Amino acid sequence: MTEAVGVATLGTGRAGVQVRLEDLRRRYAGVSALDGFSLTLEPGELIALLGPSGCGKTTALRLVAGLEDADGGQVVVDGKDVTGLPANKRDMGMVFQAYSLFPHMTARQNVAFGLRLRGVKSSERKQRAGDMLDLVGLSAQADRYAHQMSGGQQQRVALARALAIRPKVLLLDEPLSALDAKVRAQLRDEIRRVQLEVGTTTLFVTHDQEEALAIADRVGVMRAGHLEQLDAPGTVYSRPQTPFVAEFVGLSNRIPAMVSGKTAEVLGVHLPLVDETTSDGPAIAIVRPEAFTLAGTIGDTSLDAPLAGTVIATAFLGAVSRITVDLGGGLTVMAQLPTSEASAYPAGTAALLHLRTDAVLVTREAAVVPAPGPAAAAVENVGRAG
Amino acid sequence: MARTRGINARRRRRLNVFRTVVLVLLGVFFLTPLFAMFEFTTRGDTPSSPRSLAAWGEIASAPNLISSIVTSLGLAVITSVAMIVLLVPTMIWVRLRLPRLFRVIEFLCLLPLTIPAIVLVVGLAPVYLWVTYFFGDSALTLSFAYVILVLPYTFRALDAGMSAIDVRTMSEAARSLGAGWTTVMFRIIPPNMRAALLNASLLSVALVLGEFTLANLLNFLNLQVEINQLGQANAPVSIAVALGSLLFAFALLVSLSFVDRPRGSSAPPDEGLIAPLAPVENATWGQQA
Ligand SMILES: Nc1ncnc2c1ncn2[C@@H]1O[C@H](COP(=O)(O)OP(=O)(O)OP(=O)(O)O)[C@@H](O)[C@H]1O
Ligand SMILES: [Mg+2]
Repeated sequence: MTEAVGVATLGTGRAGVQVRLEDLRRRYAGVSALDGFSLTLEPGELIALLGPSGCGKTTALRLVAGLEDADGGQVVVDGKDVTGLPANKRDMGMVFQAYSLFPHMTARQNVAFGLRLRGVKSSERKQRAGDMLDLVGLSAQADRYAHQMSGGQQQRVALARALAIRPKVLLLDEPLSALDAKVRAQLRDEIRRVQLEVGTTTLFVTHDQEEALAIADRVGVMRAGHLEQLDAPGTVYSRPQTPFVAEFVGLSNRIPAMVSGKTAEVLGVHLPLVDETTSDGPAIAIVRPEAFTLAGTIGDTSLDAPLAGTVIATAFLGAVSRITVDLGGGLTVMAQLPTSEASAYPAGTAALLHLRTDAVLVTREAAVVPAPGPAAAAVENVGRAG
Repeated sequence: MARTRGINARRRRRLNVFRTVVLVLLGVFFLTPLFAMFEFTTRGDTPSSPRSLAAWGEIASAPNLISSIVTSLGLAVITSVAMIVLLVPTMIWVRLRLPRLFRVIEFLCLLPLTIPAIVLVVGLAPVYLWVTYFFGDSALTLSFAYVILVLPYTFRALDAGMSAIDVRTMSEAARSLGAGWTTVMFRIIPPNMRAALLNASLLSVALVLGEFTLANLLNFLNLQVEINQLGQANAPVSIAVALGSLLFAFALLVSLSFVDRPRGSSAPPDEGLIAPLAPVENATWGQQA
């Protein structure tokens, strides 16, 4: 998992500015799209907003950009309240999910457009547009029109165009979601490289957790119009503060548990609770596949609480593999192991699992809508009481 | 392999035959009246006199004719420009900011289609007392009425053009780059719907060049009114002018459709020009009787 990159320290360009979103509210015909959304972006920082569809990510971004009016709250950029300013006075670069290049202009003209509006001299305009296209690696395509470029190239030009005006803030709304997986991963790293190079404070919206974790200084997980957790990617993944975050980010098992006092009993193992205020009684524990280790084959008695089961599926993911183990009683769990270990347990073999005694999150809510992406299907278990 | 090629070849041959037949039939259908018109203009004064192009020669010397042609061309230009200046920003604004009003605007624009010209005149006559009072009695003031008359056709053409591009994203991208609404409405959206603008203008031009009823009833002298009057005095010359104006409009359409061809391979692709031209034939040229 990616570790947090030092905020704004890698930027070689000018420093970014601080951006504060304070208690933003927005309703659409009775539906609350943003409900007291607050977030502070430090100068030069890249924050990824992650959340399920309809949680208000786009709305938040559009409020910052001024493309939508807030019902309440403030947007403060570099100490100045810009809430009342129209979009064209805010100096924010935006890259959209849909291809948004002006079709009647070449790549260079697109990039130079914002500069032309600012009255930059023709020679300087050309120079800066050229530099920007260089930055995104497209100088060879400068004279092409949008329909002569691939989707990935178009989005790069859109990025260059947004950055050419030297915006105070860079806003990206799922800029990669229309691209295929390989280009997406490539372009995402490129966006990060460019962002570090220019040092612009950036808000990046995505519903792809892998994307968010890979690229961001901090990840903000949103739910129903508010921020659920804001932390470095590693922290969001390994120490989720709420069951929602735990389930939305990364893969997790839902396992019946019994809470009593400050511990929860999960599969016969007593685990400390993350949230010690949880009331006693039955609940669902959210357990990462990495929390399981293989303890050996049946008959090995060296472990205190082995969980005996049968491997019913193995998924090879490269260096690691994920095995699905049927523990009987209608309970299946996923465990993630180094491929070298997992290869000894093809489907059908018996296996002993061991549950690490990490602090555990419990919930009493229904499962979160699984996020899209191959690594994001939550495993649901019902039927066996803790 | 050989068999499929044989089938394909046969099918292609059949398709070609079909195409040719349709083309010939349509050609005959459209060209016969034109040819008949031409034949009529070349007749002499009596059945026995030799054919001549005298009627065509008289066009230049017919009083008022040249000036009425100039008037109609002027009306066509003013109407097209006014229609675009009025309609394009309105439609963009409604699309982006007031989507709820779209149906209302659409209804208003289509309304002139449902009101017979003769009824329109009854309403327009008192209005034109004021128009004359404020703008003088030039026939060019007819463009006020003509802008209304062309709305139904041009609205459709422009709406189709706007639906073909992502107006919202484009304008939001422009605004985030610092563009005001005027820039969006004149420099961003219109260049990307050139074909639709051209269509709408063509429709206006064709409609205006063929308009008779309003001009006649409001006592203005435009091309069609002049042709009509001329027809009572000198039929061959009037038919010659009518044919001439038809050919002119045809040449205009063809030349404009070439203007719109993408420059080399570098211009963005535009929708074709052909489809919306169909109503021109019916809506315009049917009116001269
Ligand atoms: N223009 C609008 N009119 C009415 N409701 C809207 C509008 N825009 C957004 N909403 C509603 O506001 C909520 C938040 O929408 P938003 O577009 O911000 O979600 P999102 O997090 O970007 O989702 P996605 O990942 O699908 O893009 C949704 O319930 C949506 O239906
Ligand atoms: Mg969205």
